[in-house]
Amino acid sequence: MTSPGLDPEGTRIQLIATSDDVVRARQLVRTLAVGCGLSLVDQTKLVTAASELARNTLSYGGGGTMSALPVERNGRRGVRLSFTDEGPGIPDIDLALRDGWSSGSGMGLGLSGARRLVDEFELRTVVDEGTTVTVVKWSR
Amino acid sequence: MSERLPILRIGGNLLVSIQADLDDQTVMNLQEDLAEHVVRHGARGVIIDITAAEIVDSFVGRMLSTIASISRLLDAETVVVGMRPAVAITLVELGLSLGGVRTALNLEQGLAILAERSSAGPAAR
Ligand SMILES: Nc1ncnc2c1ncn2[C@@H]1O[C@H](COP(=O)(O)OP(=O)(O)OP(=O)(O)O)[C@@H](O)[C@H]1O
Ligand SMILES: [Mg+2]
Repeated sequence: MTSPGLDPEGTRIQLIATSDDVVRARQLVRTLAVGCGLSLVDQTKLVTAASELARNTLSYGGGGTMSALPVERNGRRGVRLSFTDEGPGIPDIDLALRDGWSSGSGMGLGLSGARRLVDEFELRTVVDEGTTVTVVKWSR
Repeated sequence: MSERLPILRIGGNLLVSIQADLDDQTVMNLQEDLAEHVVRHGARGVIIDITAAEIVDSFVGRMLSTIASISRLLDAETVVVGMRPAVAITLVELGLSLGGVRTALNLEQGLAILAERSSAGPAAR
């Protein structure tokens, strides 16, 4: 059975077009993190990372989507999140991932901090085409 | 859907509670509302209770620092109370130290900090 926003493999899609959607994305991630048995601290880390990435998708990418999926590997469960936009892309990845660097008025902690808060982090970006950030947090 | 959080008065202090699921605009509104209340009521202290906040991200963290700075310019001290242990751990890993923001474990201790400050009198400020 498939419901809206849920594909046959269990991926949930959350649109990120308003700051209310950032709130919804956090709530969805919390639900999945609890369901996958993440500890309270790991839930908090993943939801915080999701909040940072969703806000970047909204404010720099001009909006996009978050797809969220419970995953399993070697008997460990986890949550995988992908934040995708078709915005301007990131010209200098190293700079963007540096603590404290922001092209705007932010603190420049979102990307670099999110990377520290998760177990796996992948950033794909093409200038003028868009950005996808994928993260995974595993239960211990 | 942004909202405005209620700001309560306790003696000469202001108290506001933050929930986890505030959207960014509500957070911005709070910054402005608090500054206005500090001046209107001549408040000497601001307590921000984050007991109910399940996360504090860089946006909310920056707002806490900004409120502390604004209040200081308006001669009021800000104390953030009730941070959850998981939130503290996450904030450090995120790289957010909340420098310049006073914290206390709970509301009672936060009020005690503010009371100490006001009893120290104008000379100590
Ligand atoms: N999805 C995106 N599309 C385009 N540029 C992005 C995207 N995400 C991040 N960036 C760029 O990377 C920079 C660093 O992002 P990061 O989240 O670390 O900091 P910030 O958003 O500027 O500040 P903070 O998150 O601390 O409030 C941003 O200033 C922006 O220039
Ligand atoms: Mg950011």
